[in-house]
Amino acid sequence: MGATVPGQVTTEGQPAPPIRSGVDTLRSALAPVTGVLRSLEVDTRLFGMVAALALIWIGFNILSGGTFLTSRNLWNLSVQSASIAIMATGMVLVIVSRNIDLSVGSMLGFLGYTMAMVQGVWIPQTLGLGLEQPYTWILTLLVGIVLGAAIGGLQGFVVAYGGVPSFIVTLGGLLIWRGLIFRYAQGQTIAPLDTTFQMLGGGTVGTRVGALGEWPSWTLGLVLCIAIVYAQITSRRRKGRYGFPVRPMWAEVLVGAAACGAVLGTIWVANSYPLPPNVAAQYAQEHGIPVPPGGLFIPTGVAFPVVIMLIVTLVVTFLATRRRFGRYVYAIGGNPDAAALAGINVRRTIMLTFALIGSLAAVSAAVQTARLNAAVTSLGVQNELDVISAAVIGGTSFAGGIGTVPGAILGAVVMQSLRSGMVLLLVDSPTQDIVVGLVLVAAVGLDAVVRRRVS
Amino acid sequence: MITQATATPGAAPQRVPLVELRNIQVAFGGVRAVAGVTIDLYAGEVVGVVGGNGAGKTTLMRTLSGARPPDSGQILVNGQPVTIGNPRDAKALGIETIYQTLALADNLDAPANVFLGRELEAATTLDDAAMESATRKVIGRLNPNFKNFKTPVLRLSGGQRQAVAIARAIHFNARVLIMDEPTAALGPAETAQVHSLIRQLKSEGIGIFLVSHDIHDVFDLSERISVMYHGRLVETVNKNDVTTDEVLGMIILGKPPTKLTRQELAELHG
Repeated sequence: MGATVPGQVTTEGQPAPPIRSGVDTLRSALAPVTGVLRSLEVDTRLFGMVAALALIWIGFNILSGGTFLTSRNLWNLSVQSASIAIMATGMVLVIVSRNIDLSVGSMLGFLGYTMAMVQGVWIPQTLGLGLEQPYTWILTLLVGIVLGAAIGGLQGFVVAYGGVPSFIVTLGGLLIWRGLIFRYAQGQTIAPLDTTFQMLGGGTVGTRVGALGEWPSWTLGLVLCIAIVYAQITSRRRKGRYGFPVRPMWAEVLVGAAACGAVLGTIWVANSYPLPPNVAAQYAQEHGIPVPPGGLFIPTGVAFPVVIMLIVTLVVTFLATRRRFGRYVYAIGGNPDAAALAGINVRRTIMLTFALIGSLAAVSAAVQTARLNAAVTSLGVQNELDVISAAVIGGTSFAGGIGTVPGAILGAVVMQSLRSGMVLLLVDSPTQDIVVGLVLVAAVGLDAVVRRRVS
Repeated sequence: MITQATATPGAAPQRVPLVELRNIQVAFGGVRAVAGVTIDLYAGEVVGVVGGNGAGKTTLMRTLSGARPPDSGQILVNGQPVTIGNPRDAKALGIETIYQTLALADNLDAPANVFLGRELEAATTLDDAAMESATRKVIGRLNPNFKNFKTPVLRLSGGQRQAVAIARAIHFNARVLIMDEPTAALGPAETAQVHSLIRQLKSEGIGIFLVSHDIHDVFDLSERISVMYHGRLVETVNKNDVTTDEVLGMIILGKPPTKLTRQELAELHG
């Protein structure tokens, strides 16, 4: 707004005409689109983010000479986004209730280290049950999730019942949990991990692959499509029972088709990515499959970290939109006094949001350690910044009360797309940080401008 | 002090008050915001609670709505002593409050606000359609022009927001209603709507505490008027026994009408 263009006189009291008229032009140009969106009852913000993501993808694809939009790159992008996206779903609820959690990166490191100890030392040696048991992975994961909920809940308890600002409590947590890793690990790396546990990271061990494979992936896609259609039908029925207006049929079909198309398209991309040649060759050898000239094409399918992210997204979205807990989180964010006067247990609700993000940090820790096949002391360093950025780019407002889980997932994908695209373009790491930082500020700034115009 | 009850017009002398607040005290730090106040309310009656800024009206009402439990004193509902430790307790006793600030979650829509803390559920999930349906009914009764059931209440007009706050209070079959400055932010037409609503609720047997700065509102609507001054109750008077000037004198000078001199009353207009 402060930029002075030659020949243009800016005086105080004249509110920056170029930006206003720019926004107006944009709005009038988009008017037919928003009209259609209204009858589709699609979230305009979410639609805008999808459009922005599409632009980023197409831009990088052109700049990289067609290497960005390959199944290989997109598959890797999905796996790299997953661990941040998982935590971002919880961060949405924390920020919506007017708090912040700066400790997720350190919690992730601490929990990852603990889970490595559980599967590498405590189960096999302390309990004397031996390595590579069939239950090792799930027991490890459960211990991590419970411990994560406990330490997250502890921080939430201090915030909610102790009255200490969450910024301070979790800043302390950032130092404490990281410090504890060094205490216990004494700088050591714990590796290797349980081979089944490693599948959670989406990597390969011999011929075992941390992904669904071809037909289970298609089945997953089909199940999701059925769920989408089922949700549409029940929603229409419910509204119809009370005589509320429903979407016109063409809009309903279009929304359903778009959603199912996106799901099946994603599955198709994942199935277009073949296993690495050596893994495929070994698999062929073990199963007595003849290898055709030019190599064997075995689809990888949807990676397990992405499956986990999907489950987390569904669970947290359900909590946020269909349960009292979520309603209370948003009410507290909108007006904490009103929430208390309505009889809501504000303290308990806030504590639970922190317990939730703690358990999600454990899930992300499992994904990251499994992918590395090791627990290192630097695990999760600066992840809190990525997680908060994902939530904020995804439309979560620091003023509280506003933010969605799908938005945060998109935010995580946008961030990872920028990084991954710049890696393809051989942009160095400091420049990547600068770009991501600029995008973060610009996204929130643009959002603020649009929001002011709307209200 | 209970003898006040016999002065209630239209109420049989032996009737038990709907609500009694006995010797209520509230202190903030060293400041005695409410210093031993006793008032009561009968079914189908409006009691105006008036006083200057900082007189303790809102604090007194907050002890009844559960927002700030009293430090000492007794609350009786239908003659039975009760403990109101939080807003939930008050609502369970049929005591609903319309706060001056409205206490709405601005980011949520009207149905979510009306049912805040008392959501309807289908199995274990929120039944938004049922809540919207019920909200349409209750708000339709207050304001037939109300259409925005899906927008955050932030985007509604002052009158519409007021309607949401009132709907929340009356939907759950309140027996006692506390209205804190219900018309302070409203235009003339909306004020008239609230007045007719108060009369209607009264005729349905609901007891209403009406907290207001506006003497004329209070004279219009209430049977009795309790005047507070610096945390104390000056007196509860029968509306028909006093003039607006006398009530004004009570509010400004903190003296009961019998002790107000002619000169003091004249100076009010000075």
